Amino acid sequence: MRGEGDEGLTEPGDPGPEAPSRRRFLARSAQGAAGAACAGLAWFALLRQEAHAAPFALRPPGARPAGDFEALCVKCGQCVRACPYPTLKLSPAATGIPLGTPHFVPRDEPCHLCEDIPCAKACPTGALDGRLDRVDRARMGLAVVDAENCLSWQGLRCEVCYRVCPVKGRAITVDPHPRGISKHAVFVPVVHAQDCTGCGLCEKACPTQVAAIRVVDPKLVQGRIGEHFRRPATTRDAGLAEPVTDPVPDAFVPQPVKPAVAPKATSGPQAPSGKAVDYLNAPVEGL
Amino acid sequence: MNAASPRAVRHLEPPTTLAGRLVARRFQIARRVSQGGILLLFAGTAAWGWKLAGAPLLAGNLSAATLAGSVPLVDPFAVLQMLAAGRVPESTALGGALLVLAAYLVAGGRAFCAAACPMNLVTDAAHAVRQRVGGRDLVHLPPSMRHWALGLALVLSALTGLAAFEWVSPIAMLHRELLFGAGLGLTAAAAIFLLDAFVAKRAWCGHLCPLGAFWSLAGRAGVLKIAFDDAACTRCGDCVRACPEPRILDFKDGAARGFVAAGECTNCGECIAVCPEKALRFDLLARARAPNPVPTEGKAP
Repeated sequence: MRGEGDEGLTEPGDPGPEAPSRRRFLARSAQGAAGAACAGLAWFALLRQEAHAAPFALRPPGARPAGDFEALCVKCGQCVRACPYPTLKLSPAATGIPLGTPHFVPRDEPCHLCEDIPCAKACPTGALDGRLDRVDRARMGLAVVDAENCLSWQGLRCEVCYRVCPVKGRAITVDPHPRGISKHAVFVPVVHAQDCTGCGLCEKACPTQVAAIRVVDPKLVQGRIGEHFRRPATTRDAGLAEPVTDPVPDAFVPQPVKPAVAPKATSGPQAPSGKAVDYLNAPVEGL
Repeated sequence: MNAASPRAVRHLEPPTTLAGRLVARRFQIARRVSQGGILLLFAGTAAWGWKLAGAPLLAGNLSAATLAGSVPLVDPFAVLQMLAAGRVPESTALGGALLVLAAYLVAGGRAFCAAACPMNLVTDAAHAVRQRVGGRDLVHLPPSMRHWALGLALVLSALTGLAAFEWVSPIAMLHRELLFGAGLGLTAAAAIFLLDAFVAKRAWCGHLCPLGAFWSLAGRAGVLKIAFDDAACTRCGDCVRACPEPRILDFKDGAARGFVAAGECTNCGECIAVCPEKALRFDLLARARAPNPVPTEGKAP
């Protein structure tokens, strides 16, 4: 950029004011294009980082898949205003969640799954799909249970998450689970992904100090079996599943493979002897 | 050119009475009422539940809003970026964008900048400070830079699949922070204030803002124009000094067309307020009154 005072000064390679006008024009154009490219690259990097590297956020019901949502949301906050609960917020700065986009944090205020879905209907651009007809079809996230801290898993009859779940008896069931050496089973909450909306009412209601049931990115916790696998019938879908004609083997037993890298025999930090699968499970050796 | 004009160059006397000062600032006052009023309508709807016919009066913000629960109003530049990003928004947004575009085509494109944009309050304040403290520009910015920024916004929208400017717009951030209380809006406004006050004159609105560049393209087809009476003009240059835009008041072009043609004109009216000869005025029929045929644009011979 040339300042006001440096007229007449020329840098090496600058055609200068007396150069032919075409050459000067080309040089100026090249400078302009390079300047624009410089700003564009910085802007591009910012967009990639802000929008494409953002952590999972719980969006309002009807939100389009990641990518479409970010493209269409203009951050106008009409969904926030339409929400009758203090659930939705436009993201403030420095949360990692893209600035100004609507989201909610269940432990602050979960989504109450309004029957008429006013937030999705308020969206003018379609970042939230106003055609979502039944709120229990919303898939905002997926609840997962931390069995190590869940009161039910400790043998208490808590089941609060099961009771507050708005998709009653479908998204969360309480299933008996044999408890070690005891004669009595424990009754534990089990989340069924096909019915969980990710509303977060369970996470809000969970009585532990830090919720033992949390709504997370389904991609983080859900696997996929693959098309080649035929599911055996379960009690859950009894009567609906195809008859099992070709039962799968009892268990898949992975064959041991040789470690690709042997532990170093030099001084310095010593690799533990044996394999992790062995030493981490030493207490269960006798079972 | 009326170089043969024998009339002496005059300047408006600085007003001494309160009424005189109010008259001299009449367009500025009207713009502040408009800017503040728009903010107040949004804030009143958000904070105090103002309603019209049972529906929220004006919900949302300048990016997208709904008037009286039924009339969608959407920033057409945001929609253009979505289209560039390969996403077609809902018809609500398309209709709302056309509505806003039509309104500003009548009001003259960058009337948005002068009468609606909250950042104008910041940049006008920065300019007032700059006039008091003086100082030379630290960097030289060509006014065409905003058109590069506009092009860049559309190219980046296509490359990233995002509405590129909406993700970084300090205007949207400021408006959001004022209405929703969260974000980096005041930070962005502070940066732009410092830029305009101490780095370069009218840097943001006059040189960098891609939204202003978008509205300047619309302004080229705008209906409301500043009409220019060449016969009355003494070339005192007060209008040029009052104009917040660099190099848009062109006497030769204005004389040939009968109005200020540049799309960059924000219809702020400052030139009208300072003109001692009343050679400038708002005119909705400026194009119809233009001498025919209008000479092609070009440099003075």
